[in-house]
Amino acid sequence: MSAAELANTFREESADLLVKLEDALLGLESATDDKDLVDTAFRALHTIKGSGSMFGFEAVAGFTHHLENAFDKVRKGEISLNSELIGLALGAIDHIKALIENPEVASSTTGDTILAKVSAITGQSAAAPAVFKTAAASVRPNEDATWRVRFQLAENSLYMGTNPLGLLLGLQELGICTVVPQTDKIPVLEAIAPTTLYMGWDVVLTTPRPRSAIEDVFMFVMDDAQISIEPVVAKEHRLGEILIKRGDAPPEAVNTAMEHIQRLGTVLVKDGVVSEGQVQAALAEQQHVRAEANKAQALAQTQASSIRVPAERLDSLMDQVGELVIAQAHLKQLVAEMDDSPIKSVSEEIERLSNCLRDTTMSIRTVPIGTLFSRFKRLVRDISQELGKDVNLVTTGEETELDKTVIERLNDPLVHIVRNSMDHGIETPDNRAKAGKDRQGHLHLSAIHSGAQVFIRVRDDGKGLDRDRIRAKALENGLIGEEDKLTDQDLYQLIFAPGFSTAKEVTSLSGRGVGMDVVKRTIESLRGSVEVNSFPGHGTEITLHLPLTLAIIDGILVRVSVGYYVIPLSAVEEFVDLTADEDKPNSGRSFLNIRGELVPFIRLREIFNTQDPAELHQKVVIVSETGRRLGLVVDQVLGEHQTVIKSMSPLHANVQTFSGATILGDGSVALILDVAEVAQMGHVPEIDREAS
Amino acid sequence: MAKTILSVDDSSSMRQMVKMTLCDAGFSVIEAVDGKDGLEKAKANPVNLVLTDLNMPNMDGLALIKELRKLPTFAGIPIVFLTTESDDSKKAEAKGNGATAWIVKPFRPEQLLTVVKRVLG
Repeated sequence: MSAAELANTFREESADLLVKLEDALLGLESATDDKDLVDTAFRALHTIKGSGSMFGFEAVAGFTHHLENAFDKVRKGEISLNSELIGLALGAIDHIKALIENPEVASSTTGDTILAKVSAITGQSAAAPAVFKTAAASVRPNEDATWRVRFQLAENSLYMGTNPLGLLLGLQELGICTVVPQTDKIPVLEAIAPTTLYMGWDVVLTTPRPRSAIEDVFMFVMDDAQISIEPVVAKEHRLGEILIKRGDAPPEAVNTAMEHIQRLGTVLVKDGVVSEGQVQAALAEQQHVRAEANKAQALAQTQASSIRVPAERLDSLMDQVGELVIAQAHLKQLVAEMDDSPIKSVSEEIERLSNCLRDTTMSIRTVPIGTLFSRFKRLVRDISQELGKDVNLVTTGEETELDKTVIERLNDPLVHIVRNSMDHGIETPDNRAKAGKDRQGHLHLSAIHSGAQVFIRVRDDGKGLDRDRIRAKALENGLIGEEDKLTDQDLYQLIFAPGFSTAKEVTSLSGRGVGMDVVKRTIESLRGSVEVNSFPGHGTEITLHLPLTLAIIDGILVRVSVGYYVIPLSAVEEFVDLTADEDKPNSGRSFLNIRGELVPFIRLREIFNTQDPAELHQKVVIVSETGRRLGLVVDQVLGEHQTVIKSMSPLHANVQTFSGATILGDGSVALILDVAEVAQMGHVPEIDREAS
Repeated sequence: MAKTILSVDDSSSMRQMVKMTLCDAGFSVIEAVDGKDGLEKAKANPVNLVLTDLNMPNMDGLALIKELRKLPTFAGIPIVFLTTESDDSKKAEAKGNGATAWIVKPFRPEQLLTVVKRVLG
């Protein structure tokens, strides 16, 4: 409902009320002492004034106020009702009608004449009442100040519907709070009356808002509660600290002396001067003030102590750390064959240090993703205007850190996804209202850590992906056959096929079928994957799974014939034995039954064309790629291996099965499998994976 | 579950404005046209908050607050009253009879929401 509709309701209501007022006035002409009629007249004027001021009829409210005043005085017996006042009021009805229907035309002199006569009767000036007290909110941010707020509400305040949580939340909205409840007065369980409030609260609040903002929180309980609001002055130095600073006492001596001193709080509690709760509140205040001071200091320090370094230097540092990790792995392997405990302990120490060095180096390259997210606020605003949609963007996990290179390359894919969501996902405000949703669409951009990966998620509350339309389009493009049975996940992955678009019309933003395939390719080049989930009518969720860094991965080292390969750990789900029964070389399509689910597997031996006979006990590494499971048959699983990735030479740039290579501890080379590419080889679309 | 608010006001435009503001914020609203109607509806429906005008025919807001506080089911239920004049004696009287908070008319929809949310915690 709009303001205009409300104004219309007010017009209708006032017309009714004016009729009632007229009837009452006419009735009063013959019986000036009828209390009920006076009440009716007063109430009609009161409602017109109250509602008028709410719905933009300030002139009506201002004018009616004086008449209401007059009838209030009549009601209270302060003035008597005479025919002159009744006549004036009847005249006023016509003026109020005019003010409501046609405020521009209504003559102000008529109104002024009536008011002058009314004020002559009531003895009050005809000054207009204050309409809409605008809170003079100071926009200028003030300096943060810390306040000590203590409050003890009346015992019956819970019964009266006051919610202390509301007050605490109100304080929390103002700034940073440390809350200590005072629980001393809570009786034993049997004696507790559920509607009696036994507690009090001590709150230390740091806020840029003035004292009046704190008082506003307690507005409704001010009269019957004990509330104190005092500023907390920054702590002065303690005696010991001053003595040390002045060089009068060595720190050790002061510390020794301090050990003999009992804590003040303990002493005071023991002496019965203060309660345990009061000491806790005081300590909380001390900590709050200290934390605030430290925060300010830390901020000043970070501003002063960051330096800019050329990116190439960081890259070469990363390279060298990579070499160090390899050399250390070699050393570890050699030491394992020796029986020399001093050398072993040195080797372990080097391992620990190189791990630390690797982590630190990696953390230098990472930056919070918030810098990327913040660009989207503007983008979403601009697209909203362009499309005539109202979309609210919420971002979470801005502090999540990711390799700078990854973040830079994420911009374009994320822009594509966000545009798609806003264009195809989120409906127009009218369509949303029809579907019973909030007119404003919501877009949620989030980042979270999960093991060695970061998940970046774009979620909208739009209409979701249209499965039937995707299917129809895929059939038309020949991506799938009539008979193909596809899971939802497989169906959603089709939107990443090149040239795929289900949009009925092409807009300037999306619908041209370029974009989503680029998204998938970019993410895969970052060794990540894309997952799509959709809930018809409720929205779509696209999750990018990305590795923390491009330089080092955790992997599983396996052997196939004489070659060593690394499978990224993030893709590995489990290992199973390949029994002789299942290992029947047939048409090339093989399945394992893993806990009721049929999982296809491929033999790496066949892909790599190894000629020598297979090992007797082969293993299957079950990997998962965007929700699809696949088995890779290998000869031996050697274990976890931290891998420094070396890119392939330009000569091998178009080899797609491998994403890179690494050097093992003994100096030999292992190739890193690109699971997505291998999965593509092993993927058989017409499978029905539900085991019956 | 959506919290239920009983809105008692003799002015239909005020009720409409209150209903619109609160429904948009996800509350469900029951309306009553005066104190008597309000009391009956409060007895018949479980409500989380009562929002009442003071000046009404049949039973005014003060009498309604008094009656509601006599009901055992109303222990702890907040009662917010709307008042046109920022008259302290009215406020004190309503508070003394069991009201939890008040809103001075004229108010903006945001002000209403702030008070309702503050009171509901």
